[in-house]
Amino acid sequence: MSLGPHLFLALLEGTVTALVLALTALGLSLVFGVMRIVNIAHGEFFMLGAVLAWWFASLVSGWPVVGFLLALILGPLIVGGVAVAADWLILRRIDYDPESTIVATIGLLYIIQQVVLTLYGGDAKAVEAPIYFRVSFPWFGYSGYKLIVAGASALLLVTTWIAITRTEIGLQMRATQLDEEMAQAFGVPVRRVYAAVFALGAMLAAVAGVLVVPIQQAHYLMGGDPLLLSFIVVIIGGLGNLRGTLVAALIIGITDGIISVFFSPTLAKVLATLLVALVLVIRPGGLFGDEDS
Amino acid sequence: MATDNDTDKSPTEADDLPVSRRSVFRSAAALAGAAVAGGVVGRYLGNSQPAAAPAGDDHKPPVQGAKSASAQAAEQVPGRIVKPASGPGERPIKLGFQAHRTGIGAGYGGWYERTTRAAVKVINEIGGIAGRPIELIVEDDGTDPKRGAEVVEKFATQHKVDFAFGTLFSHVVIGSAPRAGELKLPYLVVSEGYHVASGALNRYVFQPGLSDVRSQVTAISSWVMDNLGKKATIIFPDYAFGYNHRDFFGAAVAKLGGTIKALIPIPPTESSFTKYFPKIPSDTELLYHVMVGPGVLTFVREMGEYFGSKRPQIFGFIDSLEGVDMASPGLEFLEGTYFWEGLPRYAGEYPTRGHKFYREKLGLSDSGASVDDAKDVSNNSHMFGCWETLFIIKEIVEQSGYREATPRDREAFIETLENTRWFNEGIEHPQGHKMFIGKTHQSHSQQFISKVVDQKLKVVHRTSIEDSLYEPETDYTKRAL
Amino acid sequence: MRQRPSGKILALHAGIIVVLLVAQLFLPPYHHTNLARIMVFASFAVGYNVLMGYTGLLSLGHAMFFAAGVYGAGLTVFHLHFGAIEAFGAGVLSGLALATAIGLVALRTTGVSFLIVTLMFAQAAFLTTLHFNQITGGDQGLVISSELASLRIGSFEFSFADPAVKYNAALLLFAVSFAVSMALVYSPVGRVLIAIRENEARTRMLGYNTYKYKLLSMIISGAISGAAGAMYALLFSYVGSTFASIQYSIFPLLWTLVGGVGTLMGPILGTGLMFYVVDVSSGLTHSHLIVVGIVLVVLVLWFPRGIVGTVRERWFPWLP
Repeated sequence: MSLGPHLFLALLEGTVTALVLALTALGLSLVFGVMRIVNIAHGEFFMLGAVLAWWFASLVSGWPVVGFLLALILGPLIVGGVAVAADWLILRRIDYDPESTIVATIGLLYIIQQVVLTLYGGDAKAVEAPIYFRVSFPWFGYSGYKLIVAGASALLLVTTWIAITRTEIGLQMRATQLDEEMAQAFGVPVRRVYAAVFALGAMLAAVAGVLVVPIQQAHYLMGGDPLLLSFIVVIIGGLGNLRGTLVAALIIGITDGIISVFFSPTLAKVLATLLVALVLVIRPGGLFGDEDS
Repeated sequence: MATDNDTDKSPTEADDLPVSRRSVFRSAAALAGAAVAGGVVGRYLGNSQPAAAPAGDDHKPPVQGAKSASAQAAEQVPGRIVKPASGPGERPIKLGFQAHRTGIGAGYGGWYERTTRAAVKVINEIGGIAGRPIELIVEDDGTDPKRGAEVVEKFATQHKVDFAFGTLFSHVVIGSAPRAGELKLPYLVVSEGYHVASGALNRYVFQPGLSDVRSQVTAISSWVMDNLGKKATIIFPDYAFGYNHRDFFGAAVAKLGGTIKALIPIPPTESSFTKYFPKIPSDTELLYHVMVGPGVLTFVREMGEYFGSKRPQIFGFIDSLEGVDMASPGLEFLEGTYFWEGLPRYAGEYPTRGHKFYREKLGLSDSGASVDDAKDVSNNSHMFGCWETLFIIKEIVEQSGYREATPRDREAFIETLENTRWFNEGIEHPQGHKMFIGKTHQSHSQQFISKVVDQKLKVVHRTSIEDSLYEPETDYTKRAL
Repeated sequence: MRQRPSGKILALHAGIIVVLLVAQLFLPPYHHTNLARIMVFASFAVGYNVLMGYTGLLSLGHAMFFAAGVYGAGLTVFHLHFGAIEAFGAGVLSGLALATAIGLVALRTTGVSFLIVTLMFAQAAFLTTLHFNQITGGDQGLVISSELASLRIGSFEFSFADPAVKYNAALLLFAVSFAVSMALVYSPVGRVLIAIRENEARTRMLGYNTYKYKLLSMIISGAISGAAGAMYALLFSYVGSTFASIQYSIFPLLWTLVGGVGTLMGPILGTGLMFYVVDVSSGLTHSHLIVVGIVLVVLVLWFPRGIVGTVRERWFPWLP
């Protein structure tokens, strides 16, 4: 294939990857930004979403659309419940201490992985896409569902952004993010905001997991890569900076696609990784963060 | 060859006279050792080798004499409970099974463990090993080479097992092997990798139950080239397992007069593959793929989306879809493509008595899934290796007169195994005859090529054992014990 | 101002080494080798603790320094047929050199950015070990025992297959790392590092070039981690990219946090405890990760400063 269509394909792939990544990373960014904690188990919420999608689909097998819609609505709710429980049982009791939270969420990661491995098994399992069609470009074919995923992710990103900037809860979140003590003094129920943010972060990851599973399959170890990439996106985009998160996700998704056109793939990954690291070194606060963050 | 004569004797003799038999064997082994260069090598590489399994439905053992009497008894009355021949208080034989219960290998690990338990049950029912029951000890290695080495240590020094076996993932095998060698614990892996036969490991590591990737690739290449096309593009994971396929299939293509149009490595952390497909040259006749890990289904599906109906011939290793239901959404595209199989997934494609018996004991449905759960698809192209390895341990223990984990008995076990040439098709070896090469510690067997028809795998060709042979690159029998 | 460790503290820590020295006479073979391995990994955690515990820099990329040691020793043995001592030296140097290079760049960042930058460099290092598969053996790895000659010192010959050699080599490594980190903590440099951990801006205002001090800490940390990796390769004969993977960056963090951040004894206790939690629970249940997870959560809830940290907080405030 000539270079033009090849680049077009890489761009297309990069955009889809980027939008899903943005959705996953948005959850981490909120948690990171508002609560100032590193949630190592964030990728596991993504995985739980995917596995629940498989479970709902097999519950109503033969009706992929019904199963998928059920998963899209109930999956994140269940995952949100798990997150609230984790917040209430563990994080609140250790007072969101940054170091203890790392250990606790590593513990949570192991617990979730083992429960899924025991109940669901170690194999990757496929879920049928609710809507399936193949888009034929002159040079190659492409999955129509992927385009739908990209659109749905974009829609969810916009919705979340509106919720945070235009609603009372969003205001409380932003207040807590800026200054926790001050927010408390102004009557913001900080503890409840924390629980809500933690749950919302988990739910966003879970939605991304549900959306992605017809493309990627559900596997109990699938949470690792989204976690790493989300971290990177969040830091590059600047802590708690939603627009930054989106732009960073686009940069990373598309760079990854384009570099792979020109370099041998593993070398491409090495280069892309080093590039991102150097961006951070030059702008430690992220592309859109404060210089001295 | 010494062992061929040796194996003619009945197992009763072996049970009654373990020590004298061993000394008989050892002198025989010494003689054989002296004659190695001329005799064994010549016999294996030359034309005087016994006729390997013909590719028809005729499953006569190539060397009648090599069939042990106990194996024959077992075949005549499968499942019959034979009381252990020895007196009361006989110590069980302890076998350490290194299992991938967690980590990336957990999907395979579950089936390996089920196969192992089924084989242990059958062996114990027919009288155990040399009249002694098997005590199975399972330890999880987390599919991690560090933990793998620890597990081997635990087997050797805490559980004090007689043999360790069953490891699949290459890095765990390679990480564990040095410790098995240092602790002098015979370690029989079911890994498919070329690391045993390449000579990288040590005298204590064997792979008798499953053929290695080099022999698999060597075996299938001529049929694939003749029937599917000579201009090939290879898509493989960008790490060692993929390189084995790239190198060995690449070499076979060159040898058979074909050309490699492109080599397309996929990096290890990749989860979407579409962007690599434009690198496939348009004049490719044959697309050869082998992917492993949780992303494989995505790979196959995206390949389908990319090509649509205008695709080249596609040949893949079933590793790409091992454990995956062929009727999974998105796999319709594979209709008419070809796969290597180690042992057919669908029962009707290889209806031998041994294979039927094996599937029945394992609880496999005709479509290769668990009888209890049609979604739980087995790893039938690999896991039979655990079953066969257990029967090989049984056969070799009985022939060598092995009694306990002393250096002397272990040496007898190792030398007997190294001098064994054939393991014959039957309930012990449901996949087919195995030709064991003592120098490389590796078995060779027939391979299957299947076509996807109506979302099922239909066997279209069986290779012979000769097809899979290659010049040994090492001689473990010369290494220190 | 140079502080000296009190006699009590010196006696306690020397006592640990003596206990480890004597223990080998009584341990059954399995636990004997386990302890050898624990001491190697505890040295890795000691190296990690220098940076995280005493300087306050949270790295998520220490696997690259450990792996630098593993490859530095393993590849020189495998390809260049180095002897054990030279190979060990190559491993330490690799860890040291990589830490210097990474430190020069990564220390321009702080806090979470530092965490992510180290993570990314480590990921790049991991992929590099895969990319140069021809040399490193990639994911499958290499066995080096066939290329590694026994160590001759005078008329003595030490084979690395011998459990006693493994144990005492590991003990030597651990004792040295332990002593280095103790000496560092009580040195003027160590006090500055702790000051940086407590308040970097103030330390800078006092006239210290904190960048240089942090770089020094990173180099010491990387060299000790590299030494641990080199020792692992020599004693257990295996090099592979697994040791460069993200897991092996999380392990030392975990062991240090469990044992107690910024405590001298924390790393060995954390490493030993986590080893046996995995070992025992995987023998008892198919689902041992749940046990590991619950142990971590329980530790965090009731021993938030790690084992030694909590002991220090509640009973023995003099523990370093």
